[in-house]
Amino acid sequence: TLRLICTTTTVQRKNVGASGPEKYTEAFIKKQIEEFNLGKRHLANMMGEDPETFTQEDIDRAIAYLFPSGLFDKQARPMMKHPTEVFPEQRKIQWGEDGRPFHFLFYTGKQSYYSLMHETYEKLLNVQKHQDQLIAQDLPLQKEKRNLAGSRWLTKIELEEMLLEKLSDDDYSRFIQLLQKLVALPCADIEEMYIQKFSKEVPAQLQKVVVEPLQYDERGVAFSTGEGKRKTARATAVVYDSGTGKITVNGIDILRYFPVLQDREQLLFPFQFLGRIGKHDTVCTVSGGGRSAQAGAIRLASAKALRSFVTEKEVEFMRQAGLLTVDPRVKERKKPGQEGPRRKFTWKKR
Amino acid sequence: DDKLLTEPLSHPDFFSVKELFTLKDLFDARVHLGHKKGCRHRFMEPYIFGCRLDQDIIDLDQTMQHLQLALNFMAHVAYRGGIILFVSRKRQFCHLIESTARACGEYAHTRYWQGGLLTNANIQFGPGVRLPDLLVFLSTLNNVFEPHVAIRDAAKMNIPTVGVVDTNCNPCLITYPIPGNDDSPAAVELYCKLFRMTIIRAKDKRRQSEAIEELR
Repeated sequence: TLRLICTTTTVQRKNVGASGPEKYTEAFIKKQIEEFNLGKRHLANMMGEDPETFTQEDIDRAIAYLFPSGLFDKQARPMMKHPTEVFPEQRKIQWGEDGRPFHFLFYTGKQSYYSLMHETYEKLLNVQKHQDQLIAQDLPLQKEKRNLAGSRWLTKIELEEMLLEKLSDDDYSRFIQLLQKLVALPCADIEEMYIQKFSKEVPAQLQKVVVEPLQYDERGVAFSTGEGKRKTARATAVVYDSGTGKITVNGIDILRYFPVLQDREQLLFPFQFLGRIGKHDTVCTVSGGGRSAQAGAIRLASAKALRSFVTEKEVEFMRQAGLLTVDPRVKERKKPGQEGPRRKFTWKKR
Repeated sequence: DDKLLTEPLSHPDFFSVKELFTLKDLFDARVHLGHKKGCRHRFMEPYIFGCRLDQDIIDLDQTMQHLQLALNFMAHVAYRGGIILFVSRKRQFCHLIESTARACGEYAHTRYWQGGLLTNANIQFGPGVRLPDLLVFLSTLNNVFEPHVAIRDAAKMNIPTVGVVDTNCNPCLITYPIPGNDDSPAAVELYCKLFRMTIIRAKDKRRQSEAIEELR
C-alpha cells in the first residue's frame, strides 16, 4: 500500500462527520419500519394497486411518478426505502438502557473482528484437544489433503462486509495466518464447516480454447471460417481444403488488392509456417483500417481457420509463434497540452 | 432501593469472600513465585518475603489480605451493577480471560489498547457511552515490559483499579494491588476462577435481594 509522506492538516484531521456519532436505538429503527410499511400501503392505495403485492420496484416507480426530479445524482432524488437499507447496521447503538454494552468485547473497539479471532482460536484449541485424545488412544490421525488449489480465502473487502467493521491490513493478515494454522493441523476436518465460511471456490482459470470442427459444403470440400482484427480492420476468412493456394480478398485477387509485397507476405505467413502453401484455397472479406491493418487482420483470420485442419501440437506451435494472438496495439490518443500522443510542443527559452 | 444499596455496606465481609480461597490454594497455584532479583521493582520491596537462589518470593500473608480486599471491592461493584473490564496483555491467557469475562457477563480487553479508549471515549464509541466502573488487570505490564497505558488512563478518569502486580511491576497507581505471580498458567487460572466466583455470587445476591424487595 502507498503511504502519504507529506500530508496537509486537512487530511490528518479525523473525519468525525463521516464515522458519525449518529447512533440509532433499536426502538427507533422499529418505529421507522412500522412507518415505512404503513406508508407503503398508503402509496399502493394512491396508485390504485393491491397493497399486499406492492414490491420495492413498484414503490420506486410510484415515487418517480409522484415526485419527478431532474437532479443528476440518483441519491439526491426523493426515495422511499426499507429502513434497514437506509440506516447502516453498525450505526445502531451497541448498549442497552442501563448503559451496559451488549457485546463482551465492546471496549476493544473492533468487537466483531476480535470476537471472530476468539472463536477461531477456540476452534484451534478444540482441534488440538481432539488430536491429543486420539494420540492418547493411539489411533491414527486422518490426513486427507484439502484441495488447496481450488479454494481461496475471503479478501479483505469481503471480510469487512461480513463483519461490518473496518479492518487494517495487519489485522486481516493475522486472521488469515490463524486460519492457515487451523487448516494445517491433521484433525482439522472436525471444523470443516467453520472453515468453509471463510473460503471460496476458485473457478477453473485456463479455459481450453475449443477448436471448431471442419464443415463440408455442397461439393464435399472441407472448409472452416475464422475471424480476425487488427487496429480498426475486421476480416473473415474461409479456408477450403483442396486448392491451388489462391487467395481472394473482397472478390479481388491478392496481387491486385495488395500491390505491396510486405502485405502479401503477411497473408502467406500462416500457410508457410505450417508448410501448406499450395494446399488451401482462401476467400476473405475485410473492411476498415488501412493497408497493413487489413493484411494483419486477414492473417489472424486465416490462422484461426487453419486451427481446424491441424493437430493440437501444431496449434500450440502457432500460438507460440504469435499467429493466434490479437495484436493489442491501437492508435494512442492525443493529449491536451501536447502536439501528439507523445510529442510535446517546441520548448522556447523565451 | 436505598436499602438494597446500604445493606451490603453494614458488614465488613458481606459476600463471604474469605471462604473462596486458602493460603494452601495460593501456594499450590505457585502465586508466591516472583521474578529474579535483577528484575525487582523498588516499590514491590514491602510485598516481597525474601529471596532464594536469586528468585524473589512474595509474602503470601500480605497477598491474602490484599486479595480479600480486592475481591470484596469487586463483589460490591458487581452487586451495584457496575461494568467490570478485564485487561491483560499476555498472549498465553488472552483466550482464558475472554472466556471468563463472557461467563461472568462482564467485559474483557486483551488486545492492543488504542490510545483514546477511556480518555477519548465519546468520540471513539459515540456520545453517551458508559465507561467501565472497575478495571481488573491480570498482568499490569504490556508486551514491551512497560506499565500498561490503561493504569494511567483509569487514574485520569477516576476509575478504581484492581491489579495483579508481579515483582517487576509498579504498584503505584493501582487502587487494590494484589502482589502475586502473573506468569504461571496455574496462578492465572486461579485468579480467573476467584474473580468469576465472586462476580457470580454478587450478581446472584443482587437478584435475590431484588426478588425479596418485590415480594414485600
